[in-house]
Amino acid sequence: MLDLISLFIDSVFIGNILLSYFLGMCSFIAVSNNIETSVGLGFAVIFVLTITAPANWAIYHWLLAPGALSWAGLGHLDLSFLKYITFIAVIAAIVQAVEMIIDKYSPVLYSALGVFLPLIAVNCAILGTALFMVEREYSLVESIVFGAGSGTGWMLAIVAMATIKKKMRYADVPQGLDGFGITMIVGGLMAMTFMMFSGITL
Amino acid sequence: MSEMKLTLKETFFRGIWKENPVAYQVLGICSALAVTVQMKTAIVMGIALTVVTGMSNLIISMLRKKIPSTIRIIVELTVIASLVIVIDQVLQAFLYDISKQLSVFVGLIITNCIVLGRAEAFALANDPLPSLLDGLGNGLGYGLILVAVAFVRELLGAGKIVGFSVIPQSWMDAGYSHMGLMVLAPGAFFIIGLLVWLKNSLPGASREEKTAQ
Repeated sequence: MLDLISLFIDSVFIGNILLSYFLGMCSFIAVSNNIETSVGLGFAVIFVLTITAPANWAIYHWLLAPGALSWAGLGHLDLSFLKYITFIAVIAAIVQAVEMIIDKYSPVLYSALGVFLPLIAVNCAILGTALFMVEREYSLVESIVFGAGSGTGWMLAIVAMATIKKKMRYADVPQGLDGFGITMIVGGLMAMTFMMFSGITL
Repeated sequence: MSEMKLTLKETFFRGIWKENPVAYQVLGICSALAVTVQMKTAIVMGIALTVVTGMSNLIISMLRKKIPSTIRIIVELTVIASLVIVIDQVLQAFLYDISKQLSVFVGLIITNCIVLGRAEAFALANDPLPSLLDGLGNGLGYGLILVAVAFVRELLGAGKIVGFSVIPQSWMDAGYSHMGLMVLAPGAFFIIGLLVWLKNSLPGASREEKTAQ
């Protein structure tokens, strides 16, 4: 239990998917102009990551990994090279399915998250989490915790950025640095802050 | 495509500097930074991305009259993902160490906005040859930024250029020390920010649009 909490803290702060691995930058820069939108997108990312991480885990370990097909008598096959194309298809399909299910059963949730779901299918953070999960050889439970933790860390970062940007409207940013440049500098400062957590071990 | 007055040469070069993907279109920053601790990995990543962008533009442009527009995104993703698999296998076969260092970031070329962006914006509307050149040009422009960032990070962070130490021992004795920050993630953020500032301040560069509103 304790190592799961530790993994969660680690994926939220120290190994923050956005600030230390630079994943999900496109939407981080494009959507962080408004606090409410970034909260909505943040929740959508947590939601999708918590579902896709275990789904991709199951597909990788039961179909693609070396020897995974031994239940079908094909134990000599190693299909792990297919993981990129499989993961992206699984993510796109799950996002589409989630969108339809939410639309049918929870109009309130759909009006809050609906517009963000298509954006998420090509968010590097989702594919990146799936690939990290394979590379670091997490178990099924760990992959759920890692997915939720990465999503939470991503949301924390984008909401913080949206808040800082709101404050920055009154700041006198040098002309050439305004816009994209200052966003990156602020991102760097945020990354430094998040690194302060790296001493924490449970 | 006669209304495209751009010559092939212009198609190729405009992606490298004038409309350089990283600085101007804010696309594809994602995987750009994590591989820039060393120049070696940045160069390999730049080449890999150039090949993928060029080939995907070429293939999608050849298929553009066959792809129904409703499912074009999934077709494009399939083409790109297949190319990335090929690149990944080639890297694992011939440059195993570097492929280990690039780890998941080769796979993340699939979700790189530049590749899909060029396919959507250029390849679907143009002939194969201009599309190929457009893809190669944009890929090279992206590689240029990667290598520039990696140059600064490797030089300041480890005192090396492409793996060779360039800081003389006498400086070390005089108290010079490497800048640990550059090797860590924040260094990349700062360098990209300053690079954009530099590019916006250069004469001739029109001011960047208020980013991605």
